[in-house]
Amino acid sequence: MAPEKLETTATAVQTSPEPLVGPGHSYASVTDKISAVPLEVGWPKFWIVGFTIAFMVLMMLLGTITWLLGKGVGVWGINIPVGWGFDIINFVWWIGIGHAGTLISAILLLLKQQWRMSISRFAEAMTLFAVACAFLYPTFHTGRPWLAYWLLPYPNTMSLWPQPRSPLLWDVFAVSTYGTISLVFWYVGLIPDLASMRDKAKSRFAQVAYGILALGWRGSARHWTHYEMAALVLAGMSTPLVLSVHTVVSFDFAVGLIPGWHATIFPPYFVAGAIYSGFAMVLTLAIPLRSWYKLQDFITMKHIDNMCKVMLATGLIVAYGYAMEAFMAWYSGNIWELFMFKNRTTGPYGWSYWSLILFNVLVPQLLWSRKARQNVALVFVLSLIINIGMWLERFVIIVTSLNRDFLPSSWGMYYPTKFDWSMFIGSMGLFTTLLFVFVRLLPSIAMFEIRLILPKKNKGGH
Amino acid sequence: MPSMSGNMELPILGQAPRLDISAVRARLQEKSGQEYWRGLEELADSPEVQDFLENEFPQTGSDWRNPIDRRNLLRLMGASLGLAGLTACTRQPLEKIVPYVKPPEEFSSNTPNFYATAQVMGGYANGILVESHQGRPTKAEGNPEHPGSLGGTDVFTQANLLTMYDPDRSQAVYHEGIISNNTAFWAALTVLRERHKLAKGAGLRILTENITSPSLIDFMKSILADMPEAKWHVWDPMVSDSARAGAKLAFGEPVSCHYKLETADVIVSLDSDFLYTGPGAVRYAHDFAARRKPAEGKPTMNRLYAVHTHPLISSSLADHTLALKPSQIEAFARSLAAKLGVAVDAAASPNDAWTAAVAKDLEAHKGTSVVVAGDHQPAIVHALAHAINEKLGNAGKTVVYTESLDGNADAGVDSLRELTNEMHAGKVETLIVLSGNPVYSAPPDFKFREAFLKVAHRIHLGLYMDETGVLAHWHVPEAHTLETWGDARAYDGTVTTIQPLIDPMYGGKTAMEILAAMAGKQGTNYQLWRRNWRDRMKSADFDNQLQKTLHDGMWPNSAPAAKNVAVKGDLKSVPATNATGVEITFRPDPTVLDGRFANNGWLQELPKPISKVTWDNAFHVNPGTAEKMGVTTDDLVTVKVGNQSVKGAVWVTPGQAADTVTVHLGYGRPRAGKVGSKIGFDANAIRTSQTMWAAAGVDVSKPVGHYKLVSTQTHHGIKQIKDADTEQKNRHLVRVGTQEEFLKKPEFAKEMGEDPPNALTMYPPWDYSKGYAWGMSIDLNACIGCSACTIACQAENNITVVGKDEVVRGREMHWIRVDRYHKGDLDNPAAYSQPVTCMHCENAPCEPVCPVAATVHSEEGINQMVYNRCVGTRYCSNNCPYKVRRFNFFLYSDWDTVSLHGLRNPEVTVRSRGVMEKCSYCIQRVNHAKIEAEKQDRTVKDGEVVTACQQVCPTKAIMFGDMNDKQSNIAKWKADPRNYGLLTDLNTKPRTSYLARLQNPNPELEKGEKG
Repeated sequence: MAPEKLETTATAVQTSPEPLVGPGHSYASVTDKISAVPLEVGWPKFWIVGFTIAFMVLMMLLGTITWLLGKGVGVWGINIPVGWGFDIINFVWWIGIGHAGTLISAILLLLKQQWRMSISRFAEAMTLFAVACAFLYPTFHTGRPWLAYWLLPYPNTMSLWPQPRSPLLWDVFAVSTYGTISLVFWYVGLIPDLASMRDKAKSRFAQVAYGILALGWRGSARHWTHYEMAALVLAGMSTPLVLSVHTVVSFDFAVGLIPGWHATIFPPYFVAGAIYSGFAMVLTLAIPLRSWYKLQDFITMKHIDNMCKVMLATGLIVAYGYAMEAFMAWYSGNIWELFMFKNRTTGPYGWSYWSLILFNVLVPQLLWSRKARQNVALVFVLSLIINIGMWLERFVIIVTSLNRDFLPSSWGMYYPTKFDWSMFIGSMGLFTTLLFVFVRLLPSIAMFEIRLILPKKNKGGH
Repeated sequence: MPSMSGNMELPILGQAPRLDISAVRARLQEKSGQEYWRGLEELADSPEVQDFLENEFPQTGSDWRNPIDRRNLLRLMGASLGLAGLTACTRQPLEKIVPYVKPPEEFSSNTPNFYATAQVMGGYANGILVESHQGRPTKAEGNPEHPGSLGGTDVFTQANLLTMYDPDRSQAVYHEGIISNNTAFWAALTVLRERHKLAKGAGLRILTENITSPSLIDFMKSILADMPEAKWHVWDPMVSDSARAGAKLAFGEPVSCHYKLETADVIVSLDSDFLYTGPGAVRYAHDFAARRKPAEGKPTMNRLYAVHTHPLISSSLADHTLALKPSQIEAFARSLAAKLGVAVDAAASPNDAWTAAVAKDLEAHKGTSVVVAGDHQPAIVHALAHAINEKLGNAGKTVVYTESLDGNADAGVDSLRELTNEMHAGKVETLIVLSGNPVYSAPPDFKFREAFLKVAHRIHLGLYMDETGVLAHWHVPEAHTLETWGDARAYDGTVTTIQPLIDPMYGGKTAMEILAAMAGKQGTNYQLWRRNWRDRMKSADFDNQLQKTLHDGMWPNSAPAAKNVAVKGDLKSVPATNATGVEITFRPDPTVLDGRFANNGWLQELPKPISKVTWDNAFHVNPGTAEKMGVTTDDLVTVKVGNQSVKGAVWVTPGQAADTVTVHLGYGRPRAGKVGSKIGFDANAIRTSQTMWAAAGVDVSKPVGHYKLVSTQTHHGIKQIKDADTEQKNRHLVRVGTQEEFLKKPEFAKEMGEDPPNALTMYPPWDYSKGYAWGMSIDLNACIGCSACTIACQAENNITVVGKDEVVRGREMHWIRVDRYHKGDLDNPAAYSQPVTCMHCENAPCEPVCPVAATVHSEEGINQMVYNRCVGTRYCSNNCPYKVRRFNFFLYSDWDTVSLHGLRNPEVTVRSRGVMEKCSYCIQRVNHAKIEAEKQDRTVKDGEVVTACQQVCPTKAIMFGDMNDKQSNIAKWKADPRNYGLLTDLNTKPRTSYLARLQNPNPELEKGEKG
């Protein structure tokens, strides 16, 4: 991050109200600047290096999956009693990360929060890719992945339907709905911009490709009316999903009777945690991106500041969740809950609980300070810490609940193997590969939306 | 034509008879045209030659024995590459597939048959019934008619079936390391016999394991009568000679004794594991447990005092235990004997209060008490036990003496010493080793291996090509007990018959055939055995008698009569053993014994009693002593005894006597097979013939490395064991009371937990009151923790072995496990066993979480697992509070080893990778009974369905049946005031319940001990 850029943004911050777009932009300059990334910039060195690394990591994922399919899930460290390990931890983590996109594009749209516009496209893409990564785990974590489709309700000769009482089945519906709606929403939102790209593209191939994807968008008033209506409807459909997906994911645990899982606080606490980690991930990705592609004018300090505030708020809800778990363990007087809490804090995985408290509760309190929120480097580090913290939260919930439950005779330990790690890191490879491809081929900021907010803001400024 | 004058150098052993040259010439004359022949032998067309040609490898071994030069090296390398290729193409057995137009007698393709035979260990038999599916033995059960079994069996009997199917068993006759054939062997044996006969047997030695079999003894006698200079030696690492020496010391003759525990009110065990090992263990466990069942209103329970060095199954059942060093056990026995009036040099008792209380209790139960000396205790302890029993008037009542059952009364270390000395001195020309593996098991100071190599003709009969087999000139594969005809005596002397379930799979031979050949008798195993009994019985009705005997599994009234003996030995003259410092005890391993089961995966993976360690042996050290020594679990240490040392891992064992180390034998075998080779360490290395079972002056080094030992319970040492035990107590998983508490308040166990009312659910409850309602109850008071249920279940339900690397990750597959918890301080804790299997909860937490309905509830209350439907999300296991579900993380089932296919129970699915499995309440047995009942238009009767774990249990600690049948045993057990459920506060409504355990402590000692 170049220091002079920081200064310019710092001066921008002085003015009030804070601008959502840097000064001096017109309709044309917005379109030019943003569409230049896929159309003009071409193949910058950082993209090639980054994509190569990401693609290699993706290949590692494919290698791992091949080995996994060949050998069985035993290549991971899971066992009896810890039947779920990195697989479900990563699943929940990725699903959580996806939440920011839906929240930004749906809820903030309905709430008419204009600051969402410059980050929505990007966050939605992140959602999709995170769902794709999350999708890997429930599929490949099954003992017989080639039969995983039995979780789908399809007419079959066995006359057997999935078992509707299982939260895993609810997951199938929740996550697939979520994935579908997110994809449609994202694509619909892309159409006007794809048309802009078609019009700006110079090569024949790009014109045809973007033209096909633009579905004949000509920007007529009719088109815009339909578009606005579709966006609203999709936003309305997505809104409950923000709450429902992670609620359902939390049911995987809350419905179980294992101490540490069996808690009614899980749904709200999971949703808050998901948004928490989602915003952390948006920041983790947006901060380097805006610097590499010099998009500071569109993703301004105002955006970063707002996202930090969302993180702070959801982080506090999550902290409340942790406090409640501890309180209820004591207040209920239930021996199982008490032991669960004791084991979590002082058992063999005590380190994970205390790191979680440090990462998710203590360190993010820095965000109360405006100064901290304005320090892009610090925010970047914080976002990484929160990502790790949220991953640890799922580790604590899954592993430390299972490793010592009711009968002390069956207590065990879970140690991830190299395949656990390569599948985890490999999924990040999938995520970043998709992200690099996205940034290279599509406008990563919604051009038409930025144009929408330009005049008003510029008027005020002049 | 080659010259016939070439010297045909025939070694004495293993060569075809001399060629008949004239016959060769004659045959050549007959051939016309250009005939090619490979050798004179082919032309001679003798049966031996045919045998050679038909066998895979002709005897070209002499070439291979030459020192290897370059040319030969290349040739050998080429050959091994070629052979490696050959072995890859499995040779299909030649079979003619024909339908049974005329099926064999009693043949039915879907109902198994049962045959009475015997399990033989240390020479002693236990009667069993073996299930045979279309000619394949698949499961062993106890013979309810047999006095040693009464229907129960032990882990070894169960696992022995796997040994029979073991693909690593020796499969061919080997001559000097090269595959030979039977004909050559018999020819060689005949030559040997003729030679030795000329010398009246001089130089001929036969080494066997302990033998009680009347037939084998007959054959042996006839050899010895034929060749008086020959000698029979016995070396059986499973049988301690001190029991025999103790009897000799006390009575002047080697009588055998057995106990009648059903009449004993007070039992004192001197480091004896009488409930788990030894010839009568199964019966003793039964009788002991029968006397533990409390009667309402009056005290009827027996009381067990146990002294031990290393925690044993029997001492875990005791009302009072005392952990002592081996030398102190003798001191204790002496002081106890002296207190009871036996003339002996009394040493100071290691625990006066204890000795006094035990003595008082024994005095109060004259004639209804018994002192049992451990097999591995020195002779004086055995003699003292005999003397005490006599003083208390127990002889003839709780202890029964008979003539010695052992065929060779001089068996043991001394017998082996004599033999080895002769071998070293070159006096032994031929040594026939019939079963057993002395090269591995002999005490190292004998240098048996060196002595063995000095013997000119070494013959070995064994199940495996083991350490002894590879050094023998001739190795002959032994037929497994389930493949042979024979007999052996039970613990009380009953002659138990052995009949084959299957033809020897690998053409194995029996000791009987070899002995008969040496005695100059001919015939097959069956002919020899039958003829011998015909001659013994001299009865006109022999055929009918034999038929009945084979059906029953034993000769009627064949147990020797009780014998009156009196203690006449001078026990005062035996000096007391003095030992200081750290002492070590050597014991056969609780699962692989002396190493004979080293290649048995079931037994290797079976958690060892109390420690729950699998796949390894270890130095067991008391927690305090370990701290003092600066070692802990998983530390690799060097243990030095005298000038011998061995490296092994430490396992910290609560309840081990302070300043002692206990180590188990049977590990560190270089040639056990694919499963058992080179695991653990060989504790024989620090034994000598003087210190067979215990030694003093032990030096344990500081840790020299790390070695991961694997336990199925609490993998992480003493801290975790303590945590687990504390939690167990808080959670009331094992509920224990005293007889006194029970008499005052029979329902004491119920009050320790919470049973939510039925109305605690929104949903209408399923009505289980119609039809069958299957349920199980496990009596913790009868359970001795022997794990026979675990292996029986493994055999019945085709459960796989996963190996140490998988057990270390907590992936063992046992459907029924035996949990162990301690109570009390680490030095002398009580140990409780609790078998845990699927509880078949009526509100099963596993069922609602399965997304594909692969685990569902039957209307009879059984939680069923549908393997076909399972996709393997493992959610059910996560949600199971009992963690009884087992997952196939890999393809654990062995699909490729053909010999193991025969072992499998055809009524149970062999699970593939990625599916969950668990206890099914032996659904195949339930359905079998239901089908039979339906055919006869009736309902299933009580006792008609017996689960595998229930059937094997020597103490009848498991009951199963229809709870709706109010007259059934299970209904009665469920109504027992001691009945309680595990984790019922979770509202799981488990169908499996437990009967609380009771102790019967001596009020005098109780005060001194912690509650």
